[in-house]
Amino acid sequence: MSDVSDLYQEVILDHNKQPRNKRDVEPHSHEADGYNPLCGDKVTIQVRVQDGVIDDVAFKGDGCAISTASASIMTESLRGLTLEQARDFFHRFHHLVTTDDVQPDSDMGKVAVLAGVRDYPMRVKCATLAWHTLEAALEGQEEISTE
Amino acid sequence: MSAVSPFQETTDKPLDAEALKRDFPILQQPMSGKPLAFLDSAASAQTPERVIEAEARVYREYYANIHRGVYKLSQQATQAYEGVRAKVRDLINAPDEREIVYVRGTTEAINLVAHSFVRPRLQAGDEILITEMEHHSNIVPWQVLAEETGAHLVVVPIDDNGEIDPADFSARISERTKFASVVHVSNVLGTINPVEDLTRRAHERGVPILVDGAQAVPHRPVDVQAIGCDFYCFSAHKVYGPSGIGALWGRYELLADMPPYQSGGDMIRYVTLAKTEYAKPPQRFEAGTPNIAGVIAMGEGIDYLREVGPAAVARHEQALLAYANERLSQIEGLRIIGNAENKAGVISFVIDGAHPHDMGTIMDQEGVAIRAGHHCAQPVMDHFGLAATARASFGLYNTEADVDALVRGIDKVKELFG
Ligand SMILES: Cc1ncc(COP(=O)(O)O)c(C=O)c1O
Repeated sequence: MSDVSDLYQEVILDHNKQPRNKRDVEPHSHEADGYNPLCGDKVTIQVRVQDGVIDDVAFKGDGCAISTASASIMTESLRGLTLEQARDFFHRFHHLVTTDDVQPDSDMGKVAVLAGVRDYPMRVKCATLAWHTLEAALEGQEEISTE
Repeated sequence: MSAVSPFQETTDKPLDAEALKRDFPILQQPMSGKPLAFLDSAASAQTPERVIEAEARVYREYYANIHRGVYKLSQQATQAYEGVRAKVRDLINAPDEREIVYVRGTTEAINLVAHSFVRPRLQAGDEILITEMEHHSNIVPWQVLAEETGAHLVVVPIDDNGEIDPADFSARISERTKFASVVHVSNVLGTINPVEDLTRRAHERGVPILVDGAQAVPHRPVDVQAIGCDFYCFSAHKVYGPSGIGALWGRYELLADMPPYQSGGDMIRYVTLAKTEYAKPPQRFEAGTPNIAGVIAMGEGIDYLREVGPAAVARHEQALLAYANERLSQIEGLRIIGNAENKAGVISFVIDGAHPHDMGTIMDQEGVAIRAGHHCAQPVMDHFGLAATARASFGLYNTEADVDALVRGIDKVKELFG
């Protein structure tokens, strides 16, 4: 197994300490709550979609460093993408954090630092919680749980 | 087997945890390249070689279904299986082995009592009394029952040390209280409840009481007659035995009056297609082919614990708790959750800026196994305004070196998150 500092990289620690876009989106067009019953992590995602493009996205909630950093990085990564592009981004992210030896695509930016969770199967749900919740918000579900 | 009662433990010799640790093959394996410091026995204890061997020996040497065959294997299996009732009886000082019902564990024991004892006595508006520090398994069955019958759940709150006030317990008993169910030792806070006193208070008002002994039996002498309660239960997997088996003790006259929990084979005396006459307790509550080898291995775990001595285990774990308290209280930014005066070897804690889940992962890399989460006791988490805590808990095999490893793990957490 890899060294734990491969998981807790600087970028993750920084986003955990100072999460970006941890706030409301007003007005918002979509919202969902996500819950990880295993660890009690909770996240709320609000999105404003305008003309098929993610105009703003933010999160609230409490969770571990992995889930907080992942939510924070997600909000930075998805703004300006079309819904189609966002969904595609999510699927590539999911593949990255669950599959050995997958290299991040060049457009994935900071999201690449989350690839380390693939060595910690118990923690993959932490990294994907915000993303699943966003997907649920966009699909009009109001609540999801990782189980 | 051995005839020592925990109450006849004469020696106050400290146990040799380092030597006992060698009885557990799993604790010999390195974890993440480091010696394993296993500090999660409150979730499930590890299993000594002799228990593993006892279970294997059943299948290797004398396995057959019980209470059925007239051939030797079946007789031998039946005898070994039935023989464990006396071991459970002696472990908790129950009066009679016919009062020992084998169940899957604490959860099933509580469900059994809820279904077969409490439910028939319950009407809309009646009350069931529990505490705020219960494990989900001593909350949810009562909630379900209340939902079904229109009864109410009344909860005795805990204070910020993690204790309940016995006078408050009494004050919450009403004319409508039909049953009380309380935990002996909290799996999150370590609080040892004054169950003798609580039982007396419940009985003064004519209320029967169950004590959840899941976290007590592995760690201290338990005497159900001294407690005076009506039902007591525990799980073998926390008593150095296998998972999926445990025991319920109940007063014989209560058990004798209770309808079965499940129905089928082995729990009947006489069946025609028109009517069934139920077997006497405990068989009445043991429908179907049970976990035969599991019961026998549970007996071996009990023998192991009794040979080490529950009082010696309690003293050992108290000393470790004191040592851990001293070490942890020196760590800046660390807060211990649960400071009951009377506390068992369980320490929940939080650290500023570090989520318990991250602590768990980082400690794992240091070879330290702790639990992180809500510990199936979310009302306790809510009381303290937390989503989760980290928890270290002790077994008879833990040493000061394990606590030192814990402290090194915490240092590592603070390096990253401090
Ligand atoms: C206090 C307490 N009660 C009940 C239980 C449930 O035990 P089991 O899961 O073995 O049924 C536990 C186990 O964690 C416990 O700690």
